Amino acid sequence: MNQKYLIPLTAVFLLFLVAYTGVEGAGLQWFFGIVFPYVAMIAFLAGFVYKVLGWASSAVPFRIPTTCGQQKSLPWIKQNAIDNPDTSTGVFVRMVLEIFLFRSLFRNTKAAFNKNASNRLSYSWEIFLWLGALAFHYSFLVVILRHFRFFTSPVPSCIDMLEYIDGIVQLGLPGILLSGVVLLAATLFLLARRIFDAKVTYISQAADYFPLFLIIGIAATGLSMRYFTKVDIIDIKTLTMGLVTFSPTIPESVGGLFYGHLFLVSILFAYFPASKLMHMGGIFLSPTRNMANNTRAKRHINPWNYDVETHTYEQYEDHFREKMIEAGLPVDKPLDKKE
Amino acid sequence: MNKNAIITGLIIFVLAVLSPFWFNMITATQAAPEPKLLGKAKTEKNCVLNKYEMRANHMALLDEWRDSVVRNADRMYESANGHSFNMSLSTGENSCLGCHEDKTKFCDKCHTYASVDPYCWECHTNPKEIR
Repeated sequence: MNQKYLIPLTAVFLLFLVAYTGVEGAGLQWFFGIVFPYVAMIAFLAGFVYKVLGWASSAVPFRIPTTCGQQKSLPWIKQNAIDNPDTSTGVFVRMVLEIFLFRSLFRNTKAAFNKNASNRLSYSWEIFLWLGALAFHYSFLVVILRHFRFFTSPVPSCIDMLEYIDGIVQLGLPGILLSGVVLLAATLFLLARRIFDAKVTYISQAADYFPLFLIIGIAATGLSMRYFTKVDIIDIKTLTMGLVTFSPTIPESVGGLFYGHLFLVSILFAYFPASKLMHMGGIFLSPTRNMANNTRAKRHINPWNYDVETHTYEQYEDHFREKMIEAGLPVDKPLDKKE
Repeated sequence: MNKNAIITGLIIFVLAVLSPFWFNMITATQAAPEPKLLGKAKTEKNCVLNKYEMRANHMALLDEWRDSVVRNADRMYESANGHSFNMSLSTGENSCLGCHEDKTKFCDKCHTYASVDPYCWECHTNPKEIR
């Protein structure tokens, strides 16, 4: 047992219970259904903009791209144009691949001692973080996009299409949607990795576990509402449509589980800008990824360099010419004959 | 990174996050549907389960019925309120559509609103369409 994950786990449980009991016991539907979602939305957007503007105004004086391949060099040496880009096109390709395919995670390695007699330290390719991250991010994206069916009426056909593809296996009724299941499985895998891999446990903080538990909680309550406990979807859509059309209403038959789900989502949104989840915006602004490695071709001058007063050799010689000649030192320009 | 590019990206992001709000402003928003109880359903007022359970749980019930009929040839459903029903979606007086006469005014109302596309009608037919 480790307090770094016990505290976030307890926190997520308590947050859920706060909303559940707040609704079921104290009748605070208006707070958990209307006030807090709006507050969370404002906190999310304001915090996100504030963070990104802060980063945008930070100085990035040096070219510090991570170089993962051969730099542009002499014509007969083949450059790795994506992993060590020297043009903005190369940087663009590198960023696109990083953002959509997480290439830096793909290169993940692990260090371990061999189990055989030699007991040597060896590094091996570790692909499961990449697979887990890819599964998690894409299923979460699909889940979020699917939820647009609660915020639009009539629902755009592209959302219908997405839902159709997501439910292509047609298992059970209501039909299983793959993204939800993959989301829960992937987050549980990423959590297991943090808990059971000793080296990852060592570097994991409460701030790493909290978003994981939060998303697991969101996925679990969501799946539970869809497949097990069941809710009146029309009433829920009445509530969500009320929120997005600024005429909030509280339908009567929606229970605490839904408000628990909504509260956890609101917490996630409100917490987002203050957390490591800001890598969503940060990935675009990573100086180690979004800069071209062209320092040998182009001179980059530190923008806040002040003008240094220089004293060139000519000025020096002008100053001391007579004395230099007296001392027998060689000079570039002889003494003017007229004087 | 170029500051203008950052601001442009940020504006696009904010607009995307706010899309549920402005999308409903620029398009005509359909109000929540009110499925119509017609004919027999209007007078009977007594479904298989109570109203709230039916709203939330009818699809699971239909799934159970399908298994019961197809695998066990058991077509009788004894409901909690003592009535017995013929487990059938669309055949006969005592079926779902026997009571809720009009699919388009009952089933489809909420399904369309919630963007649910049940595959019932890939096998079953709507009796109205045959006539």
